[in-house]
Formats: sequence, C-alpha cells, structure tokens
Amino acid sequence: MINAVGTPQSLLLLGGTSEIGLAIAERYAGRGRLTVTLAARPSPRLDAAAEKLRGLGATVRTLPFDALDLDSHPKLVAEAFAEGDVDLTVLAFGLLGDAEQLWQDHAAGVELAQVNYTAPVSLGIALAERLKAQGHGSLVALSSVAGERVRRSNFVYGSTKAGFDGFFLGLGEALRPHGVHVTVVRPGFVHTKMTAGMKPAPLATTPEKVADVVVGAVRGRKDLVWAPAPWRLVMSALRHVPRPIFRRLPI
Amino acid sequence: MEPEQFETRALAGWGRTAPSVSRVARPRTPEDVLAAVATADGRGVVARGLGRSYGDPAQNAGGLVLDMTALRRIHSIDADTGLAVLDAGVSLDQLMRAALPFGLWVPVLPGTRQVTVGGAIGSDIHGKNHHSHGTFGNHVVSLELLTADGSVRTLAPEGPGSELFWATVGGMGLTGVILRATVRLKHTESAYFVVDTDRTADFDETLALFSNGSDSGYDYSMAWFDSINTDGRLGRAVFSRGSLATLDELPKKYRADPLKFDAPQLLTLPDVFPNGLANRLSFRLLGEVWYRKAPKQGRGQVQNLTSFYHPLDMFGEWNRAYGTHGFLQYQFLIPFDRDAELRALVRQIAESGHVSFLNVFKRMGAANPAPLSFPREGWTITVDFPIVPGLDAFCARLDEQVLAAGGRLYLAKDSRTDPDTLQQMYPRLDEWRKVRSSVDPDGLFVSDQSRRLGL
Repeated sequence: MINAVGTPQSLLLLGGTSEIGLAIAERYAGRGRLTVTLAARPSPRLDAAAEKLRGLGATVRTLPFDALDLDSHPKLVAEAFAEGDVDLTVLAFGLLGDAEQLWQDHAAGVELAQVNYTAPVSLGIALAERLKAQGHGSLVALSSVAGERVRRSNFVYGSTKAGFDGFFLGLGEALRPHGVHVTVVRPGFVHTKMTAGMKPAPLATTPEKVADVVVGAVRGRKDLVWAPAPWRLVMSALRHVPRPIFRRLPI
Repeated sequence: MEPEQFETRALAGWGRTAPSVSRVARPRTPEDVLAAVATADGRGVVARGLGRSYGDPAQNAGGLVLDMTALRRIHSIDADTGLAVLDAGVSLDQLMRAALPFGLWVPVLPGTRQVTVGGAIGSDIHGKNHHSHGTFGNHVVSLELLTADGSVRTLAPEGPGSELFWATVGGMGLTGVILRATVRLKHTESAYFVVDTDRTADFDETLALFSNGSDSGYDYSMAWFDSINTDGRLGRAVFSRGSLATLDELPKKYRADPLKFDAPQLLTLPDVFPNGLANRLSFRLLGEVWYRKAPKQGRGQVQNLTSFYHPLDMFGEWNRAYGTHGFLQYQFLIPFDRDAELRALVRQIAESGHVSFLNVFKRMGAANPAPLSFPREGWTITVDFPIVPGLDAFCARLDEQVLAAGGRLYLAKDSRTDPDTLQQMYPRLDEWRKVRSSVDPDGLFVSDQSRRLGL
C-alpha cells in the first residue's frame, strides 16, 4: 500500500535500467522496506542496478522485458503482480533516436513508434486490468515536453510522446473511479545516457531531480507535472505561438 | 444481499489520506451481513463504522467493505445493572442520548462521539479516563462475532472463547465482524463535569503535575500542550481534570435537568479549505488563543460535555480544515521511566518544522489482556501533522525513538508505519496472529492497514 505520506511498499519499473526510473526507486528504497521489480532486457547494467538497490535495503527481482514483443506483455504484467499488489508502477522506457534518420528510415521510425507508443499502450491496458482489480495504486508515465507541442526538429519522437501523453492522461481518467491514480510526467532535457553527447537544452535537469518531482507528485496524487516545474509556463506559452512563427523558432 | 445493494466507491480514513476503492455493502440485519460476507472474493472483507480512524483500517482496496452504520439498534438498556445490548453500528453519540435519561453514562469516550460500538471494540479505544477506567474493551461484557466460517460466536472476557474475545478487542476488525455487544454503562447523577484547570508554564511543570498524583483523584484528565514555541514555553499546557458531577455539586440552573444531553455543535465545516492553511502561523495563533482562554488556575468549574470533553465536536467535519492533502495523527506511548526520551521527542516535534495544533498529553493506566490493545502504563502523546514533503522521513525518525524508548504507536491512528516497526512495538503480535489464523486461516478479513502492516 502507498501510505499516508506517499511512500509505496512495492514498485514495478518498466524499463528497469532507466536512469530516471532507478533514481525514483532509489528515493523510495531509502525509506524503509521496499520491494522492487525491475523489468528490462537482461544485461549487466540491469544486474548492477538490482545490486545497487539491494545495497539500499530493497528486495529486488528482475523480469525479462522486451518492449517490442507486444504479445508477451500481459504475461509480464501477470508475473509482476503474482507476488502481491503493486503499489507504484513506473513506465520509464523509450527511444530517442536520430531525429533526421527517423523520418527517412522506415524501419527506424516504425521501431521507435512501437517502443514509445504501441508498447506503452499495450502495457497500459494490461496494467489497467490488474490495477482496477486491486482498487489502489499509482502509475507514473514518463512523457516529455517534446510531446506537448511537436516541433520539426524531433517530430517523430515528439509525436510518439504526444500519443503516449494523451493515452496516459486518458487512462488516468478511466482509472480514477477505480481508486488508481495516474501521473503523467513531462520532463524537459534530462542528462542521461539517452541524451549523452547532445547539447543540453535550457532548463536541463538530472534524473535525481526528476525523481524528486515524481515523489512529490505521487504523494500529492497529481495528474500532470513538469520537470522542472518552469517547463509548465514555457510550454503553455509555446502552445499558443502561431505556426508561422513557431516554425521559425530555433527549437 | 442482492448485488444491486453493493456500491463501488472510494473510502479513506479521517485523515483523508490514501483513499482506495472497494465494493461497499450497507447491511441492515445480521442476515444481511452474513449474505454480504459470502460474496467476498480473494480481496476479502472488513467492517467499517463511522470512519473516524485516521488511517486505513476501515477500507479494503479491491475488496468488500461492510458499512455497519445501518445496523444500529439499541436492543435494551437495563437501568439497574447498566447493561446495554447494542448492535455494532450504534454510535456512542446515539448510545449516550439513549442512556442518559436512565442515569447511565458511556464508560469510555474517545475524542469524538462519532464512533460505533464495533469500531470502539476493534480499536479498543480509550478516553481521558483511561487511568481510572481502562479502555472500551474493559467494559464489554460479551460480544457476538461473525467469523470466517460463517458462524456467529458469543464471546466473553473470561472462560471459553476469551482468547478470541481479547484478540477481537483491539483486533482492528481482522478476526471477524462484530454484530452485537453487551456493554456495562456507568451510573451517573448528571451529564456535567466538575473541572479543575491549570495552565503550566513549560513542559517540566506539565510533567510534574501529572507525576505528583494530582490527577489521581479525578476520573478524567488530560493536557493540551504547546508544540510550536521552541523557547521556554515549549510544552506549556492547559491541564484539565475532572469527574462527573453529583447532583449536590451542580449549580441550581442545571439541577432541573441534570441529565440533559448538553453538547452543542456550532457548525459543519464546508469542504473549501485550501491546502496549507494549517501552517505555523495559523497554529501559533490558535494555540495562543487556546492557551489564553483557559483559566490560570480554575477550581470546581462545572462544564458540559462539549466544553470539557469534545471541544472539536463543535465543528462537524473539522478534518476538512486541513485541505485535500489531508493530515495524519501521530499517537505514541512510552513507559513512565523514560522521561528523558519523552522530553527529547517533544522537543524534536517542536523543532521539526512540522506543525501540530492538536497536541494531547495523557497519563495512561494499566494494560488489559488484549494483545493488540494500545494503552499500557505510560505517557501518551498525540500530535496532528498536515501532509507536507519530508513528513515521512520525520515520522520514521520518531518511530525509531519511540521504539528505542520501549514505546508503541496506536493502530487506530497509524496511517504510515511499516511491518517491522509494528512487530517490534507489539511483542504479542504473533500470539494475536495465532488466534486470528485459528478462526480465519485464509485471511478473509483484510483491510488496507492489514495489507500495509502485514497483520
């Protein structure tokens, strides 16, 4: 159960090597007994992540997870819930890709769309069934400011996040009467392996800071948060910029 | 019960934290209860009264919750013996109104009358008279419990079935559904209190007043203390103690109707309060008013139920003042010989940056035989914290110190601790588990709290 001060006892991390996801798990692992399920492709990175969380006092298990194997998702979710309720689920997997390659390379574009949008929908539906039945729980979906207004410079990625964002906001409304809370998180530029070598955008942040935002949002049962918070203002301005001007902005 | 009589909705405790959704049935008869329990699935079932527990013991995510408030018949009240036969859903408010004309008084009252008899037993509640009268469970003569096998057992504090009786007292509804109870009421000549009040200057004086036996001549005693000022005023208190007034003690104006139910409610708070209104400034102001309005040294004042006992009941739904983020109540008890730890805890609370207005300090009497009953000899302190960042870590630190001082938390208040901590606080937990699993081997009776704490 998530207690009165917003601390879960069990956590499922889909994208078990995600730096933001692991930063979230570490925040909670430091607060008493936590059971963590890391779902990711088996790798030394995954093992290291599990070890680190164990070092913080958490009970950790890993489940093999392939985002593109859509048919395996219901079984994966069933396994994740097999040992009891899952209090907090974090969807933290995704691809960024090369923006110019993505719209010109069929295979690359389709794969990114499947990982970033189709797989989250597939998992979201499987998770919803379980969460509905347990009558409580939080689901954190890591979206992106890139999906709030899709721009030319990374529109394939941005469009997948736009779809992702809309799906989970809607899922939150659908699950609300069932006692399940969904939080959509829109980070800006985050320093991670995914963005390594890229030029940091303004308001760049770190996985740890995003994790702090998530912890606060779970405690306060927030539907939608930006990380860092000023992105909310920036995006609400950008949303209303007329297209001819938006096109010319260096973003 | 027919399926259309079930409703799916969100339930939370009085602190309005951690809501969950379940099927809710509102049985009107014991047969309804039995029929509803039969529909429970793997997510189990738990009974709920008036929802005054602060945390999550009366909710059951994904499962079934029995709203017992429709099962509220007072079957009999015997004016001579004081014995009252009550359905589990009878509230203490209802009972008090019914019993007063017979010159009978509810022997144990918590900080509100809006609790049911079933809840009072399940939480084994206490009041300001714990040092003289024990807990609610101490006044239960017998109870009827629906257990997981579908049978209704009649249990008493002694003789066969007494183990299950005491596992049910304080058992947080996890041994079965209490259907009915016989409670021994107390004879009284009036519904008024004769009250002595002292305002203390600091915590030392507060502690001294409690320690020097100055509350032993009174049935009721408690202190409200200041936990906001961290200077010399820390722990200053309004220390009040009293007993039910006899006819002779009553002033003339009350003698015409000494048993009048005199508990006015001013208003019910609307659900419009913003988060953050409950803050250091507002609490400091309120606290100052609260402290100043008490007489420096009052003797023999006659007070009604609301002013002496239930000042908060002047405001219906007062929990709304904390806003939608809610609040938690932290009530702990530590043994008498740990004064140093007690002082350290009070200081820490005051210096933590977490603000509390409703600070209650009381000396508790001896424990009863119930393994999960909270009270035992020692000091108990209750504080309320609005939910803000950092509260989890702070409360976890308090837990450690309470544990180190040989203390414990009250399950009816707890909304956040963890299984390991609880296990250490209640050394007889395994004994209770054994009794419980003997009547409910498959864990039919579960709550969000039992899931959270591994009960």
